[in-house]
Amino acid sequence: MLHRLSSSVSALGAQVIDMVLRLGYATRFMLLTLRQSTTCLMRPSLIVRELYYTGTLSMVIILVSGLFVGMVLALQGYQTLVTYGSESVLGVLVALSLVRELGPVIAALLFASRAGSAMTAEIGLMKATEQLAAMEMMAVDPIARVVAPRFWAGLLSMPLLAALFSAMGIFGGYIVGVVLIGVDEGSFWSQMQSAVDVREDILNGVIKSVVFGIAITWIALFEGYDAPPTAEGVSGATTRTVVTSSLAVLGLDFILTSFMFRGV
Amino acid sequence: MTIAQGQVVALMGISGSGKTTLLRLIGGVMRPTSGEVWVNGVCTNDLDQAGLYQLRRQMGMLFQFGALFTDLSVFDNVAFQLREHTQLPEAMIRDLVMMKLHAVGLRGAHQLMPAALSGGMARRVALARAIALDPMLMLYDEPFTGLDPISLGAIAQLVRQFNDTLGTTSLLVTHDVAEALDVVDDVYYLADGKMLAHGSPQTMRAHTNPMVRQFVYGEIDGPVAAQYPVGDFATALKLRKQCAA
Amino acid sequence: MQRSMLDLWVGLFVIAGLAALVVLAFKVGNMSSTGAGETYSLQANFDNIGGLKPRAPVKSAGVVVGRVTRIEFNNDRFTAKVTLTINKAVQFPKDSTAAILTSGLLGEQYVGIDGGGDGEMFKAGDNIRLTQSAVVLEKLISQFMFDKAAQGQPNTQK
Repeated sequence: MLHRLSSSVSALGAQVIDMVLRLGYATRFMLLTLRQSTTCLMRPSLIVRELYYTGTLSMVIILVSGLFVGMVLALQGYQTLVTYGSESVLGVLVALSLVRELGPVIAALLFASRAGSAMTAEIGLMKATEQLAAMEMMAVDPIARVVAPRFWAGLLSMPLLAALFSAMGIFGGYIVGVVLIGVDEGSFWSQMQSAVDVREDILNGVIKSVVFGIAITWIALFEGYDAPPTAEGVSGATTRTVVTSSLAVLGLDFILTSFMFRGV
Repeated sequence: MTIAQGQVVALMGISGSGKTTLLRLIGGVMRPTSGEVWVNGVCTNDLDQAGLYQLRRQMGMLFQFGALFTDLSVFDNVAFQLREHTQLPEAMIRDLVMMKLHAVGLRGAHQLMPAALSGGMARRVALARAIALDPMLMLYDEPFTGLDPISLGAIAQLVRQFNDTLGTTSLLVTHDVAEALDVVDDVYYLADGKMLAHGSPQTMRAHTNPMVRQFVYGEIDGPVAAQYPVGDFATALKLRKQCAA
Repeated sequence: MQRSMLDLWVGLFVIAGLAALVVLAFKVGNMSSTGAGETYSLQANFDNIGGLKPRAPVKSAGVVVGRVTRIEFNNDRFTAKVTLTINKAVQFPKDSTAAILTSGLLGEQYVGIDGGGDGEMFKAGDNIRLTQSAVVLEKLISQFMFDKAAQGQPNTQK
């Protein structure tokens, strides 16, 4: 009995130590990526290539889900607001929830499962098929050539995707609220404009999405780079990317929100 | 052990005898825990990353399954090092890549993606990529694995041909005794991380050491047991009978 | 050819993303109304600002002419010092009054400015001397109750 207890305690301890080790390695990996970024910043074509995979290919899913989220928001918001006779602030409700929270967060979650998992799988497979080792033997640093361009592409495309999501969501809210339900168009837009602040709301939303972009690409690239070079290893790493980065996005969102929208 | 310039040298030994480790030591991917590795008058033990990369530009390595970049076409794969390490104009890169691809007989396949290639073709493209910068040392990590006899012969011929025409030095890690002994000048036989035998292909064929003989002629019975160490089968069967009873 | 197609698609993505940002800034946000443009600031001291918050609108005759930018506590006079940022195109006479008003019964609070008749106009950094505090509902109710009690007491004694 005592033996079983002590062995489970030591297993827990080993797990904690393993986690701290991985975190340390991941931080070192991140710093290395930043240090090796000069190569790809001097050759933007490398980043453009990755922007296509992370950004352009994620556009359709972002636009479609943005539209639906905005439509649902307007529908639900109207049901609640109309009981207080204040359906004129429907535009405010839709815009603020999208720009502050839902735009960056849902876009980041979609980005993690669409682009993040692809990144992990790609790098994991490149490692499993010795492509990274081959690059290393050709005196080309895989971190500079493979990892860094993907990092910067993720960082750049995340705020753009979040903005697309929010804009599309507000359009969806407009369609449902004004066109279908018949909320007054003038008050929909004017109330929205007087309530949404460029610096407080929109800029903070952009900052959020940049932070999410960094977190997701970092996790995705590290999981891929650290994946055991086997089929199970790569598939496990891909799953871990989606789970870890989704949790990271939600956790970071809470922290950032409590910092940003404190006083107002 | 010493590898003379201009020679094709084979490293042989059963799996797990340390051949690939030796290649990695030479390429500087791993650091030796004791002893020293000298390549072209440079000791790789205490090189930093920049020095190591400088040295690797003079090395080419062919990986076991080619390790082509799957997101680049055949042409871009061969052009990879030229684009990364030189400032050559695109027209010149094109000519150089076509020359290398022609040398391996795949000039017509330059537009294909690696996924569309057969195993033998992929190996030849990888070979063209490895010699893109005309290296002075070529490392081959089991270049014959999983190839049909025709492709295997073609690769073996190319290895010999490049070595003689480009004036490089080649180091082969391989299990394919018959093919390797035909093309190499010198053979090292490793066992358990130690060098057991060394000599020309002829001396290896006539070697008296039972381990080497067993390897060269592929005999099942000999000092190296093919069976994974296990207890007596009869006792294992008896044990099961006792349980059933 | 492959290369230029790639560039085209990435270019489209970046343009769409930036366009979305611009739409958010101008159509959704208030960049177009008071965020940009020339402004000047005025100060006003209130005994009680109620629930007034920074970024609340400043209105005159119902038209938004500026925003509340800062609210501080003035420790010398025990009042609230409110900084207003007003559109440069809008000028008020020196005897204008500032009041804290509520839009609707439970709506947000804003600063209302009533223009006076003075010939001289406010300059940047000036203090609005005539102010009217926010109406605090609790005070209003308790005042009403006391009045009612004072009126009703003689009746019940009889």
